[in-house]
Amino acid sequence: MTDLLITAATLAAGTRGDLGISGGRFVDVGQLTRPQRIDADGLRALPGLVDSHTHLREPGREDAETVATGTLAAARGGYTAVHAMANNSPVTDTAEAADYLHELASRTASAEVIVVGSVTKGLAGEELAELGLMNASTAGVTMFSDDGRCVMDSLMMRRALTYVRTFGGVIAQHSQDSRLAGPGACCHESEISGRLGLPGWPAVAESVIVARDVQIAEMCQSRLHVCHVSTAESVDVLRWAKARGIQVTAEVTPHHLYLATAEVESYDTTFKVNPPLRTDEHIEAITEALADGTIDMVGTDHAPHASEDKDHPFDVALPGMLGLEQSLAVVMERLLNTGRLDWPTLVQRMSIAPATLSGSRRQGRPIAIGEPANLVLVDPSARAVVDRDASASRSRNNPYHGRDLPDPVVATIWAGRITHQR
Amino acid sequence: MRHLLSAADLTGEQIGSILNTAEEMHQLQGRAIKKLPTLRGRTVVNMFFEDSTRTRTSFEMAGKWMSADTINVAAKGSSVSKGESMRDTMLTLDAMGVDCFVIRHPSSGAVAQAAGWVRAHVVNAGDGTHEHPTQALLDAFAIRRHFRQLGTEGWVGKKIAIVGDLLHSRVVRSNVLLQRTLGSEVILVAPPTLLPTGVEEWGCQVTHDLDSVLAEVDVVMMLRVQRERMQGGFFPSAREYTEFYGLTPERLNRLKDGAAICHPGPMNRGLEISSAAADASRSLILDQVTAGVSVRMSVLYHLLGGDDSQGATR
Amino acid sequence: MTIPPPHTSAPPPSPRVVWDADQIGRAITRMAHQILESCGGADELILLGIPTRGVLLAQRLSAAMRAAEGAEVAVGELDITMYRDDLRHQPTRAVGRTLIPRPIDDQIVVLVDDVLHSGRTIASAIDALRDLGRPRIVQLAVLVDRGQRQLPIQPDHVGRFLPTSQGEWINLRMAEIDGFDAATIVTTGEV
Repeated sequence: MTDLLITAATLAAGTRGDLGISGGRFVDVGQLTRPQRIDADGLRALPGLVDSHTHLREPGREDAETVATGTLAAARGGYTAVHAMANNSPVTDTAEAADYLHELASRTASAEVIVVGSVTKGLAGEELAELGLMNASTAGVTMFSDDGRCVMDSLMMRRALTYVRTFGGVIAQHSQDSRLAGPGACCHESEISGRLGLPGWPAVAESVIVARDVQIAEMCQSRLHVCHVSTAESVDVLRWAKARGIQVTAEVTPHHLYLATAEVESYDTTFKVNPPLRTDEHIEAITEALADGTIDMVGTDHAPHASEDKDHPFDVALPGMLGLEQSLAVVMERLLNTGRLDWPTLVQRMSIAPATLSGSRRQGRPIAIGEPANLVLVDPSARAVVDRDASASRSRNNPYHGRDLPDPVVATIWAGRITHQR
Repeated sequence: MRHLLSAADLTGEQIGSILNTAEEMHQLQGRAIKKLPTLRGRTVVNMFFEDSTRTRTSFEMAGKWMSADTINVAAKGSSVSKGESMRDTMLTLDAMGVDCFVIRHPSSGAVAQAAGWVRAHVVNAGDGTHEHPTQALLDAFAIRRHFRQLGTEGWVGKKIAIVGDLLHSRVVRSNVLLQRTLGSEVILVAPPTLLPTGVEEWGCQVTHDLDSVLAEVDVVMMLRVQRERMQGGFFPSAREYTEFYGLTPERLNRLKDGAAICHPGPMNRGLEISSAAADASRSLILDQVTAGVSVRMSVLYHLLGGDDSQGATR
Repeated sequence: MTIPPPHTSAPPPSPRVVWDADQIGRAITRMAHQILESCGGADELILLGIPTRGVLLAQRLSAAMRAAEGAEVAVGELDITMYRDDLRHQPTRAVGRTLIPRPIDDQIVVLVDDVLHSGRTIASAIDALRDLGRPRIVQLAVLVDRGQRQLPIQPDHVGRFLPTSQGEWINLRMAEIDGFDAATIVTTGEV
């Protein structure tokens, strides 16, 4: 692996200097041997971003995404690690399945793949998956989620939270009470859904589960992570829970920060996502919550889908949209460039907090000598119009296509290796 | 006109033109030879992803009486598991040289999506719980004839109550849009559980009390209520529904002189409408059916009766 | 019927009055006599005007018949839009009114139009009639025959033959719409 010398980079805190990388770690520039030079004048050097919520689709739907293509998209977006959700085929609900993914990633990935196991067998919500064996496997799973589905059974949620406490695990919940909406719910319930004749999810379908789960977590003295918070009511519940000292973290997706439910008026299924895009009041509430730390982190919920799964009527098409490549751009546009977030806090929300979520010792670390060399070089002023066909993902369900956004990622370095450079 | 997807797409002038042409088409029903050569050589495909004998037959007759070649395709509902996407289904038929698709689909928005994929003209024959614009047009046609027989002309100031399951009704959305363009006043009457979210922003009076508006309306349009809705917790029992929202013989007697009764069909006699009301002389229910063919002929003429170069080169 | 010039970019037309109101009035009276004579009276006669000016002309012919012989002749309207052979070459046309005063089976139907040119309108009208019933005799009355036929159609009753060359158009004005009666020739230059 070639040594790297990054010159004149500006760190998140504002200090400027040269960075040396050798053997996968940051080293003193004096120790470099014939390094490859990267001029970072005018660029920010940030710790590699960590995604708390990624769907890689492998094994099972390699036509939509693979570990290789998904992590390449991650690298393009400045990520050096992703949490790979369990809803593959087969579901990651055994130690064998977790190790398969872990081993696959070691051969093909362009970013670290942190394996997330399911909470229940086959995501069916009926029996616990082998949580302990997954934790004890080579993959060392610490985070469990039935994401895509909510663990609806309160008792199952209680058991899972209780069980993972023994090894410091965390249950990541897709908070959504399916009994508060009809079976075809496919967008946010609002004046727009009423007009379009689309069955909607009311906002409280999310917050009632968040409210239930934080109280179960408190009772069990265990850790809860709330996936993709999308409503003002959920934010209120989270504020209350955090004030009480409940061990709860939460994430928000870039698309919920940037896109509103009005997008569905065209019935373009690219904008079908679950939880659904919300209204401006909700967007403002979750943006504020990310700024003030009520929401701890950004998780992309990168959800690639083949066109044959999207070219359907709105209520039938699969939910989900891409996110890894434009995530940093959206956070910069919505929070950094508007002064609601500074660089160190952005690093906290997009690297440190998600790394801490699963207890990673390699990710979310400071840029300092001896630390793992996970790095993203960011041009704060570059902009571009997003072209979905330029994506590294196998899928094209990119909701930012055609929009003018920051185009910040100049280079991504994972464990001392350049995984993306433009 | 390239497509008819929503009643919102129609200007007052276009509605007038469609209704006036429909009047001419209406004469055809009294003739021995019910045939016009107008759409000779045009192919109209009725794609029904959801069963509807009445609407499909109405469109089929409309096409045939205009000499179009009409083909009925009973398409399977879209499913992600079946492999062929709805887009593939549409593109395959479009490639065969279809001039116009008449589409009924159980999913809201599916017809608009299809229109974005194909070269041919598209008529929305009902999409999910969204819209059914030709139904609103035929309602307007039947209502206008009724007003004219009473010697009144014009829509402004006319009050139309739409009563029933507004949440699951595509008829109500198209009717509200169309009637508001025409200038009449629409009053929506339903139990609170069967009102769409945000209905108060539709610009209509909304009430749960049928009796409070019954005496002032010129038209009362009763919508079908499916008995399955009881399981969904939308209302407790058929008896209770009829008590509060049914057009019973007693309510029939409270309608003002000249007020008409509409129902898009199929009816649940005894539930939302009594036989006395359905069969009353002021009932336009069969006139609506007759109007359906004339209005659909007119719609096909407006889409296919002229220069098609714009559509073909799109 | 105003026949639109084929090119909108043509130079401004220079109208030339070739037939005034008196002459038109006399022609209508003469045609009314001729029609009644050839049809053996008013009993089975139906005048079907082709909108817009054909209908006005049919009404005038009927009035002239009443004035001359006290004959009450039924007048109707026959819109031929749905039967045109050029529908696909133009934007969608507004459909006119068809009003048949009584069943046309075994009647003598006289189609009435203002200006006869290519003959296509009349061919469409004959098609339309066929769907309405089976008249015993169908005749054609036009106020102006300007020649240049494209189909084998000849009028039975003509107000006046006004041959035109290419680039010339007959513009018939009628008082009910235009405020005065006149036939003008409009030259549009090269066509």
